[in-house]
Amino acid sequence: MTRARFEERLFGTLRWVVIAFLALITLVPFYYMVMLSLKPIDALLVDPGSMWVSAKDLTAATYRDVLKSTDDGGQGFLKLMLNSALVSLGTVALTLAAAVPGSYAVSRLRFFGSRQVSAVFLAVYLFPATLLAVPLFVMFARLGLSGSLVGLAIVYVAQTVPVSIYMLKNYLVTIPYAVEEAAALDGCSRLQTLRRVVLPLAAPSLMATGLYVFMIAWNEFLFALLFLAADPESWTVSLGLAQLSNGVEVSKTVLMAGSVVLTVPVVLLFFAAERLLTEGLTSGADKS
Amino acid sequence: MTTIDSRGTAKQAGPRPPAGGRPRARRPLTASRRENRAGLAFVSPTFLVVLVVVIVPILWTVLLAFQDAKLVDIQGMGLFGNWSLENFTDVFASAGFWSSLGTTLVYTVGATAGSVLLGLVAALALRRPFRGRGLLRGSMLLPYVAPVVAVTFVWQVALSPQYGVVNEWGRDVFGWDDPVAFLSTRQYEVNLLGWHVDLPLALLTVIAFEVWRYFPFAFLFLLARLQAVPDTLEEAATVDGATVSQRFRHVLLPQLMPVIALLCVLRFIMTFNKFDDVYLLTGGGAGTDVAAVRVYEFLTSRFDVGAAAAQALVLAVVLTALLGVYFRFFAKRVQEEA
Repeated sequence: MTRARFEERLFGTLRWVVIAFLALITLVPFYYMVMLSLKPIDALLVDPGSMWVSAKDLTAATYRDVLKSTDDGGQGFLKLMLNSALVSLGTVALTLAAAVPGSYAVSRLRFFGSRQVSAVFLAVYLFPATLLAVPLFVMFARLGLSGSLVGLAIVYVAQTVPVSIYMLKNYLVTIPYAVEEAAALDGCSRLQTLRRVVLPLAAPSLMATGLYVFMIAWNEFLFALLFLAADPESWTVSLGLAQLSNGVEVSKTVLMAGSVVLTVPVVLLFFAAERLLTEGLTSGADKS
Repeated sequence: MTTIDSRGTAKQAGPRPPAGGRPRARRPLTASRRENRAGLAFVSPTFLVVLVVVIVPILWTVLLAFQDAKLVDIQGMGLFGNWSLENFTDVFASAGFWSSLGTTLVYTVGATAGSVLLGLVAALALRRPFRGRGLLRGSMLLPYVAPVVAVTFVWQVALSPQYGVVNEWGRDVFGWDDPVAFLSTRQYEVNLLGWHVDLPLALLTVIAFEVWRYFPFAFLFLLARLQAVPDTLEEAATVDGATVSQRFRHVLLPQLMPVIALLCVLRFIMTFNKFDDVYLLTGGGAGTDVAAVRVYEFLTSRFDVGAAAAQALVLAVVLTALLGVYFRFFAKRVQEEA
């Protein structure tokens, strides 16, 4: 067998081994999470090695327990999810409101400091979040914003705006400038051009960016821990789950149900939008 | 912010009006000056947020690092207290600082290299279409998309010595004698052909977690780049008799090198500053006390704001220095290869 043939065979086989391995490591942990959330804690303790739920063990009580409000003896995750949703959606709206004009300016306009501005914004990520945490904590305490979801959303905006500008800019530069010139000739002001021509064309990128920001805000943990830990009423789901898993009083399978509840919204959104992102909108915009 | 020609905002943002105090409405602005004003007005909201929530806190941290500040008295404290270098001498002299820095470096390098490598392997495997590729590609992003709190919790449960599936299967299938406490074992003695090796088990587990969680990120970038490589390049190499590995080494890799370099830098920065993964998995115990967790400990258990700030600052300097070295020595080579 020649070397070429040998390698062809070898890598042809290895490829399937790798594919199987990847499927295993990405899917099994999530299957494990869902599976554990559907069985009572006794079943887990009796047979920790089992990877399925027997029909007689199958239960949804874990979900009832985790979602029920704390007054009814549950863990009140419904309330926490509402908090998370408010913070995340607020962050997405504010971030896009700031990032759309910002990225447009960076990609299209020449202004004082336009070269440096991206570098300055990206430098945000050079500093560890723990470094920002102390002064922010004190500042917010003075402004009366500590323990409030508004303060948290503002911090998230600062953490997500740079990457949003970067993502949007990369898309905006692919929109032909001729489209905008045409709009200007038709009498659009710059803002009208932005709103009526550029934004519709950039819709896929806006979706992608918004989704990414939502994901970051929904999943964030450190700032939520620092700002909200003392105030269980305004906990986000991530924080609530982390705080509860430290204790022993809530059973692990109930917390697994909490993990599923925390994970499902992000994953659903992600899969729903993955298709949207593939639709190219610019194609043909420049033709005749 | 919204209207470009509204006088108030434009005046603040734009360059100074011409001297002489002539009424400005008389002279129409040139196109480039209008563009300048529009640009500044458009970036000002972003700039404002970044200024208030990032730049000001960083400057304040620098000030705090040189002062003796505890969390209780910081509220009433002025900006400028008594200057001292005490925090820095404390940080360098404190027990565990250097070992923590070493741990951070091992963790960062291991996680960065591992995730980029696994991402590369994944991108190569999923490059050509096969049945179910779209589904697998989507599900491969799951570790990256899912909330960190949820996935660390799953890992904790799965690796638990009492009720974890890994230990149970390890005992049944591989015949382990005792359950292995993956997340709380500082050193695990392994007998390998008569050699005794102490594995830093908890640290390795945390690195494995990080590789698992972030390889999809590398995978996405690398797959996109791979699919942009024109087929003709490889076809030409095949005609010339290049084998699969030779085509990878001499055709694909040079094309991928710039992306790989960028990914390494990005992942290095992100992992170096990473807090939540390690904190949630081990709490920084069992030899996983990476620097970010240490800063958090200084802050919350000792309430020593000054020392926390000084330590965070030292870290930022170390990171900047490492990046400087990287760009000085490697960036050029990568560009040449590209």
